[in-house]
Amino acid sequence: MLAYIAKIKEISRRLLQEGSVDMVIGFRKGTVPMMNEPCFVKTPQDVDTFVWDSNCGINLANYLADRKEKIGIVAKGCDSRNIVTHIIENKIKRDQLVIIGVPCKGMIDRRKIQALFETEIENVIEADDTITIKGRGFEKTLYKKEVLQDNCAVCIHRNPVIHDELVGDLVEEQKGVDRYEDIRKIESLSPEEKCRYFDNLLSACIRCYACRNACPLCYCPTCFVDESRPQWVGKSIDPIDTRTFHFLRAYHCAGRCTDCGSCERACPMGINVRMFTKKLEKDCLELFDWEAGMTLEQRPPLDTYRPDDPDDFIT
Amino acid sequence: MMNVITINKQDWARGLERAYDSYRLFGPVKQDEFHNFRELVKGELPDLKLLNTRLSAKSMVYPQSEKLFEFTLDENREDHHILKEIHKDYSSRAVIGIRPCDAKAFLLVKANFDTPEYKDPYWIQSYEATTLVGYACNTPCRTCFCTTAGCGPFSEQGLDMLLVDAADHYLLKIITQKGEKFLNAAGWSSTAESDAAIHKIETMKQAAEEKITAGISTDKLKDKKTTELFEAPFWEQVAFACINCGTCTYVCPTCWCFDIQDETFGRSGIRMRNWDSCMYPLFTLHGSGHNPRNIKIQRVRQRFMHKLKYYVDKYGNGIQCVGCGRCIRHCPVNIDIRKVCDLMNNFEA
Repeated sequence: MLAYIAKIKEISRRLLQEGSVDMVIGFRKGTVPMMNEPCFVKTPQDVDTFVWDSNCGINLANYLADRKEKIGIVAKGCDSRNIVTHIIENKIKRDQLVIIGVPCKGMIDRRKIQALFETEIENVIEADDTITIKGRGFEKTLYKKEVLQDNCAVCIHRNPVIHDELVGDLVEEQKGVDRYEDIRKIESLSPEEKCRYFDNLLSACIRCYACRNACPLCYCPTCFVDESRPQWVGKSIDPIDTRTFHFLRAYHCAGRCTDCGSCERACPMGINVRMFTKKLEKDCLELFDWEAGMTLEQRPPLDTYRPDDPDDFIT
Repeated sequence: MMNVITINKQDWARGLERAYDSYRLFGPVKQDEFHNFRELVKGELPDLKLLNTRLSAKSMVYPQSEKLFEFTLDENREDHHILKEIHKDYSSRAVIGIRPCDAKAFLLVKANFDTPEYKDPYWIQSYEATTLVGYACNTPCRTCFCTTAGCGPFSEQGLDMLLVDAADHYLLKIITQKGEKFLNAAGWSSTAESDAAIHKIETMKQAAEEKITAGISTDKLKDKKTTELFEAPFWEQVAFACINCGTCTYVCPTCWCFDIQDETFGRSGIRMRNWDSCMYPLFTLHGSGHNPRNIKIQRVRQRFMHKLKYYVDKYGNGIQCVGCGRCIRHCPVNIDIRKVCDLMNNFEA
């Protein structure tokens, strides 16, 4: 981690000094344990702001859409795949970017960790594979791999798929991961059980839209829930309106979602919002052999038509 | 008044049981991994093993979605297109286990909903029906900065009673007449405690206050020029990380903005109000299509300027924040109001 930080600073300083970028987007240290804040740096003197550790789960591709500057951006595997998606969807140009790739071993889940303790976590110290948690009257060391964000635990693209610089050696990709165990479980439910499952899943939703706004894919100038002429969806916390929002948002992400986990990480109510997007991600893999954001050379399945597209689901 | 009584923990439960006869009770309940307020059913106790609730207690008086009127569009009916008020339950209710920060917040919100000029009938009726039984914080969070935000872990502002957990028993301070009334309904012995108990609360209060290490300075906000703060260069960096979700405004006990909506289903309809958020572009979208706060930086600035400058200037009773720290704990990108407040307070144009 420390080596990564030094390298991020070194590369950023160089890029800013030689004027090849106007700004670098990365993370600065957060004010509470297990949180960092996305930030930008515009001068070589300021690069010391940058940090890197297992609390950089927010997807920085979200900060690129429609920017006009030349930008250096720190990107882990999932961020890089969303950068690819942004380039394909014309939200940013490849030649505007210097991608500072970060091989990633997964981000830790602050809520999962807090849930292990009765009282407040006051300090978290990170080492290579472990984190030490301290609070009033307790101290415990955990293996990071045991407390990863759910999406990181099943991630199979930890290395950046596109990069101009690299802050460290590539890491070994996880092999033999069963990515869809949870989704298969939901698929096997009866329609009534599914309905109940999703109602429970969403019962805590407060319609704050943190999931949508943390998502790099959700860049529509006006989201359908914010349309007022006409208004498509109610604004209250009526379960039908809430459900409509989540289902429609998920469909808008089909074939584009990289399972970066930003939506779930951002949710203040701890809702597993990935359960919507992940089903569509699984379908895209099974129907079109497609994983989003892996290449600049191919259009995504939902904006292309092929005569041999699978159509078994049409009855 | 200003009595302190001792309640042993079994009597606490029995008293709440008795209070059900004349009050609806609300309290913190743990669901999944965090606590929130909801109505308790008879026999259910508030879960007081908590630091604070995820959402504030504001919804106890001011729900996220509240139906105000109903109407019919059926022109065969005589009363078609006439708004009729929806009957609401304003019977006595008590919120048990509200933290002092959330109680103080009601006083700040009151400055908006209950003024000589404008009176919000729903908020006022609801507020007047509510007795607030506070729960002093023995172990404040690291993100709490109430002591520098005009409040404190044992603050009595806005409370009718204050419950103090003294390990093997509770101490209960009765602060207002509403509190006195609730005491009678609960039937706890009202023998006033000695000076020793009062002293004990004082000692615990000091100990709790000393645990609060975080703080803000607000002393210079009032003298700052609004236009200069508005144009300050730091907003670009403050706003950068913001994803413009409504989390900070929805978890905040003092954010009061709402939106009125009519919803129809077939020929019947309702008029309701829902919490709104200055973080959303739609919040300020004009009918003409013009949006005075069309970009993110304007919306982020608005939230902080409202809480830390406009409110200060308009009401003269401090900042529109009680230091509960929820927005810090739950902001998905770690925007910290303490840092922003310092930037504003120390800003020199």
